[in-house]
Amino acid sequence: MLTALSLVLAALLLLAAAGVPLARRPGGARLVHGGCVGACLALVVLAAWALLAGAGGSASAVLALPFGPPWGRALLALDGLSAWFLLLLGVTGAMASLYALAHPAAQPGAVAPYPLFLGGMALAVVAADGFTLMFGFELMSLASWALVAADHSQAENRRAARLYLMMAALSAACLVPAFGLLAGHAGGFSFAVLRAAPPTGWLAGGVLLLGLLGAGGKAGLAPLHVWLPLAHPAAPSHVSALMSGAMTKVALYVLARLLLDLCGPAQPLWWGVPLLVVGACSAVLGALRANLEDDTKVLLACSTIENVGLITIGLGLALAFRGADLGPLAALAAGAALLHALNHGVFKTLLFLVAGSVLHSAGSRRLDRLGGLIHAMPVTAGCALVGIAAAASLPPLSGFASEWLLLQALLAGWRTGDIGFQVLAAAGTALAAMAAALAAAAMVRLFGLVFLGRPRTPRGAGAHEVGRLERWALLIPAGLTLLLGLLPGPLLGLAQPALSVLLGSAATAPARGFALLGGTGEASAWYLPLALLLVLAAAGLLVALAVRARSPLETRRGPVWNCGFINPPDYLPFGDPLSQPTAGGIAQPLRRMLGTSLLAAREGVDMPRPGETRAAGYTASFADPAFGWVVAPAARLRDAVAARCDRLRDFSIRRCLSLGFGALLALLALLAWLEAH
Amino acid sequence: METLGGLLTQALHLVLVLVGAPLVLGCTRWLKARMMGRRGASPWQPVRDFAKLLRKRPVLAENASAVSEVAPFVAVVATLVALALVPSFALGMAFAPLGDLLLVAGLLALARVALALAGMDVGTAFGGLGAAREMSFAAFAEPALLVSVLSFAILAGTTNLDLVAATFRDGQLGLRVSLALAGIAMLAVAVAENARIPVDNPSTHLELTMVHEAMLLEASGRHLALWEFQAALKLELWLALLAAVFLPFGAAPAGAGPLAWALGLLAWLAKMAGFTLALASFESAIAKMRVFRVPEFLGAALLLALLAAALLFVSTGLA
Repeated sequence: MLTALSLVLAALLLLAAAGVPLARRPGGARLVHGGCVGACLALVVLAAWALLAGAGGSASAVLALPFGPPWGRALLALDGLSAWFLLLLGVTGAMASLYALAHPAAQPGAVAPYPLFLGGMALAVVAADGFTLMFGFELMSLASWALVAADHSQAENRRAARLYLMMAALSAACLVPAFGLLAGHAGGFSFAVLRAAPPTGWLAGGVLLLGLLGAGGKAGLAPLHVWLPLAHPAAPSHVSALMSGAMTKVALYVLARLLLDLCGPAQPLWWGVPLLVVGACSAVLGALRANLEDDTKVLLACSTIENVGLITIGLGLALAFRGADLGPLAALAAGAALLHALNHGVFKTLLFLVAGSVLHSAGSRRLDRLGGLIHAMPVTAGCALVGIAAAASLPPLSGFASEWLLLQALLAGWRTGDIGFQVLAAAGTALAAMAAALAAAAMVRLFGLVFLGRPRTPRGAGAHEVGRLERWALLIPAGLTLLLGLLPGPLLGLAQPALSVLLGSAATAPARGFALLGGTGEASAWYLPLALLLVLAAAGLLVALAVRARSPLETRRGPVWNCGFINPPDYLPFGDPLSQPTAGGIAQPLRRMLGTSLLAAREGVDMPRPGETRAAGYTASFADPAFGWVVAPAARLRDAVAARCDRLRDFSIRRCLSLGFGALLALLALLAWLEAH
Repeated sequence: METLGGLLTQALHLVLVLVGAPLVLGCTRWLKARMMGRRGASPWQPVRDFAKLLRKRPVLAENASAVSEVAPFVAVVATLVALALVPSFALGMAFAPLGDLLLVAGLLALARVALALAGMDVGTAFGGLGAAREMSFAAFAEPALLVSVLSFAILAGTTNLDLVAATFRDGQLGLRVSLALAGIAMLAVAVAENARIPVDNPSTHLELTMVHEAMLLEASGRHLALWEFQAALKLELWLALLAAVFLPFGAAPAGAGPLAWALGLLAWLAKMAGFTLALASFESAIAKMRVFRVPEFLGAALLLALLAAALLFVSTGLA
């Protein structure tokens, strides 16, 4: 199986190499994207096979590639955790590639890095040693940077790509030392060696801090999330989908692998606390920002921050419960995190693809230039409705199932017995619930402004439905979102090998048959999505029949009532655009209630004095606090260091030489000191 | 036998809540009118209103989409199913394993999203304004609700409504300060969710202050009837939820006979009457607050719920 896997990886690399000459040929891009669809489907098959086989025996083989770093060979393995994330990658990758296949490629520069991006992610997920994992991770970062920078004619994309590159470098600068600390302690890079010698004391604390900074920064956790709403929208839509749906999950995979697997099962309860705090803050901040943004893809990227935060809460709870010896609850929290990762991967891919179709068809990403698209694009609107309902975690869709599990895990947080953690878990419950409600508000705003109402521009009024293949590229993820919502129980059963990797072989998935289980002991809570669907369908049928019997008259169409607002003049065929809510208007309540305190939101009304002829104006703005607290100080530090380094240029040759010799001597002394110890 | 009893109680419960929903609304209006010195319409008036609206021909705006037509059904079905999960006169109903508090919250969110989308469907200023406010209030109501649920989850060990009610009914818990605090928090959430005074005024049509009614301005005929019915169901749902959790006394235990059901029915009717009276007097005594004061109102509820949970942590830690 591992041989087949390495062949798929090689095929992706070959596709990337072939993409360079093929990109500018007619049909070349189609060839590359078609190949990517095939490779991703192969990944899905391999991952599902490994998960099904892993349910029987957990013995996982390691494949040593015939090349690698100078001190050894690159190792690949497909254990439960790798297989689960490979499944996620394969599913989202196949959907995004299918969309790319259906969609005429806009930028030739985005063709060749795309298979490389997929290959890097797959390599990072299936790597079985620290070096290979970092190699795949960096391959993923660089390829996605190339994709973000593909359309570099626009200044904002260049800025996004620059910030993204810096953040990727920061992630590497944290993750490489984290693996270095582990490897130096254990005496080898392979996961088997690392697992045999779990770190303790300050070493473990260092790994936790560096891992959280490195992987968390790449996943888009606050306060290192600032690049995400800039970089994800800058790429072509199918790449944005993959970056939000899969890349952030690869970073979370690294976090889970590092903290839950490689650091051993004996870490204390407080290890979960940083993850819980960071996750809860990211969830609320991302969801709130999603309510204030006025660009569809930026809004979706902010919602990704929220969902990554929720998954991190699940991982943190799993760590804490494991530290408190509460095995079933740890399985509940970890199961919630794994399930939400998959669900979010699918519905966020769907939503980004919808945003891409809207951008192509109606010509804009800005909410204030869209509207009324449900009439012109009914299929796209239907798919979008499924996506936003899942993102708003409404039953019986997929988002609700995993959020239900997560809330059950949070509600069980008091069982740890530590009062500090209990209070934290209670606050986490409140923040997770607030994030869910804010996400629902953001999704209603997105769908309402883009698909409902009236067109806001002539270009938007001329939108058309997407082509046939593209329609399928949207219908498949929408169907998958429905299916995942109905079958969370069997899915968690499939995730059993992944739970065994994270929490030891005693952990059992919090599911029985088609039902999800929350809580512990005989007094328990259940979520039965199939039964719920049956009850909903039966009730719907009854209500529809009863209403039809009582109310037989057909509906009639008439002009909009709008409290007697006068009809618009003839030169405004879609009504007065000013009488329709805008993106800023829908955002106003939350901007005032939460935005002023959390995001420094400002509103200004410019009212002309009586007699003046200029128009009144209204401005609203907000600033992410992370820019002020993280990015601006970092930029100042960079400038200060650069100014210092500038002075080195003016050194005389004597001082330059002595600097070099000094550095050499210091390194030799360090080496001698290390040898002596 | 127990399955049969469960099915029978579930069917009776459904009939009861369907009949009860307009009555609860009608009684609240009638009591309020009496307290304000008016004669008030009969408590059956909502039933007449629904029948009248159903008979009328619905008019939709020219640019209304399928959302306007389907959303009222979705909202009514979601609320009805949620109401079917909340125990009334007997425990151990057929849907009891489904009856999870988080699921009830999820179904209410489904109804809320359907309402907000219907409000935005035609692209009018009032609909968008109402939708934005409704969704924003939820961002404060949901955390308060969930943290109140945390208190029950600690005391009963589960979020299943039937089990929570059974645990509280057995009365081993005694009176708890934290339960009282969580109860106040839930009451505040109930007031906000049902768009009652002081959060919203259900009988106003003053555009600048309203939330719930603003989204229904374009609805007519059966659509309006369904929306009004959904509001009535939601009010009954919250009262029944409060009764099931905080006043579970008298409800027939699982597997009991018709005599216990009758007693439970009487107890439930008394509880609902009490809640209706309390709601009417509260609404008559208080003024509506500004829209931007609502977060403070619900934030206070959240703090109370957190305090309830913290008290429980301390008390279980000491025990």
